[in-house]
Amino acid sequence: MTKGNAQKEVPLGCAPKEVPAGDPRGTNILHRFLLSALACLTLAIGPVRAADSFITVASTTSTEQSGLFGYLLPLFEKPSGIQVRVVALGTGQALDLARRGDADVVFVHDPAAEEKFMAEGNGVKRQEVMYNDFVLIGPKDDPAKVAGGKDISVALKKIEASKLAFVSRGDKSGTHAAELRLWKAAGIDLDASKGSWYRDTGSGMGPALNTAASMNAYILADRGTWLNFKNRQSLAIVVEGDKRLFNQYGVILVNPAKHPHVKQAAGQQFIDWILSETGQKAIADYKIGGEQLFFPNAKR
Amino acid sequence: MSDLPASLSTALGLVAGLDAKLLDIVALSLSVSLSAVLLSAVLALPLGALLAVGRFAGRRTLTVIANGFMGLPAVVVGLLVYLLLSRAGPLGPLGLLFTPTAMVIAQAILVAPLLVALTRQTVEDAWREYQEQLHSLGATTHQATATLLWDTRYSLFTVMLAGFGRAISEVGAVMIVGGNIDGVTRVMTTTIALETSKGDLPLALALGLILVALVLAINALAYVTGAWAQRRLG
Repeated sequence: MTKGNAQKEVPLGCAPKEVPAGDPRGTNILHRFLLSALACLTLAIGPVRAADSFITVASTTSTEQSGLFGYLLPLFEKPSGIQVRVVALGTGQALDLARRGDADVVFVHDPAAEEKFMAEGNGVKRQEVMYNDFVLIGPKDDPAKVAGGKDISVALKKIEASKLAFVSRGDKSGTHAAELRLWKAAGIDLDASKGSWYRDTGSGMGPALNTAASMNAYILADRGTWLNFKNRQSLAIVVEGDKRLFNQYGVILVNPAKHPHVKQAAGQQFIDWILSETGQKAIADYKIGGEQLFFPNAKR
Repeated sequence: MSDLPASLSTALGLVAGLDAKLLDIVALSLSVSLSAVLLSAVLALPLGALLAVGRFAGRRTLTVIANGFMGLPAVVVGLLVYLLLSRAGPLGPLGLLFTPTAMVIAQAILVAPLLVALTRQTVEDAWREYQEQLHSLGATTHQATATLLWDTRYSLFTVMLAGFGRAISEVGAVMIVGGNIDGVTRVMTTTIALETSKGDLPLALALGLILVALVLAINALAYVTGAWAQRRLG
């Protein structure tokens, strides 16, 4: 609280300047306003917690919301002195952010979109870091009778045939891209059969799971977010273990040739660490309730 | 709802424990929103007063624009500021994206129409009352504006509190331009959004209760200070 108060009182000092009582130098008012504005802006910049060096990583909601970064990043930050600032978005949005040059590193999970990003010359090199898998989540009473199955195509066909509620991310994220691939693999033309049963929510993994939980719908989720998700209500995993549910994460340094301000050395140091034996072991060590969330598979 | 008692006890636990991380988030929320309102007020208050007192072309148009933009969606402001501050945008080289400064800029823009519109109304009412008096003293428009701003300062303080309320409660703009980076740009509202995403609804609601309590406390403090100042200084 003391910190909040201190920061509150300082900017208030700007206030009297903006209402000069009957200032005889009326024409100078604007000038004085601008000066106060400048002073206030300087104060506003104050709260930036300066780190000697930091990198911005555009990543996905799954790595952030599964708690992986919360565990992993301090292990890199302390010895290296490089702060890692994570902006968690859907994979599509994270790649777009990097395309605009607003990140130094991308850490996402949509190999097809990543290859496209590379082909456009936005990245230096794409390297695989780890994998986990997607799981089909659904209501425990399982109206589609798909629970326990190992074939995701069969399950999706049953859901589509009986028009049972299915929640889609609909946000161009890695999970959304995977979902669309799986419908296609099941031979279902989503555009043709889309109806009120298919709920396109345009939201992150967590919000989409909240929606699915409240309407007892089926939903494709990444295992990491699911394991860390608390508002499950009557949802449970119904289909898992199909090799088509494989979920690969990749890491890319944004191309400094295209965006000169990219922190190449620090970004590369982070990538090298995460691909190193230490980094890979740290990924494997992250568990929730004794269950491992991500499986390192960097090629060395 | 059985979640509410759980949230209340979580909130009390967080406050009682003086959780260091929570304090940082609260401090950042307060400093960003207060800075934004003050920065905005420095320009918006005189502009609002000028709209009330001045007689110039485009005055009515500006008034309507300010009134209308009071309903500006925070997410639109966020997007606009993002495009400005993005490395690919015109102000990209400043490297301000994903910093508290970016959040201050976005919130300052967001509350500006509110401050302009309410100031104009407040000052206009005072202007009607004092117009003849100020004219007879030979006050110029600038002098009249400054005098009226000073005379209505207690009302304008309430106007600024309204702006502060809008700033501290929004999530759309700070989420986009701040990026909700842990320990750097994570404020109360983005934390609430994140915990909701994780499905930890009791914790999210607990943080919401703390935010509401804080805003109430600040308003109470402002009210008491204002009343005291009015008594002492007239």
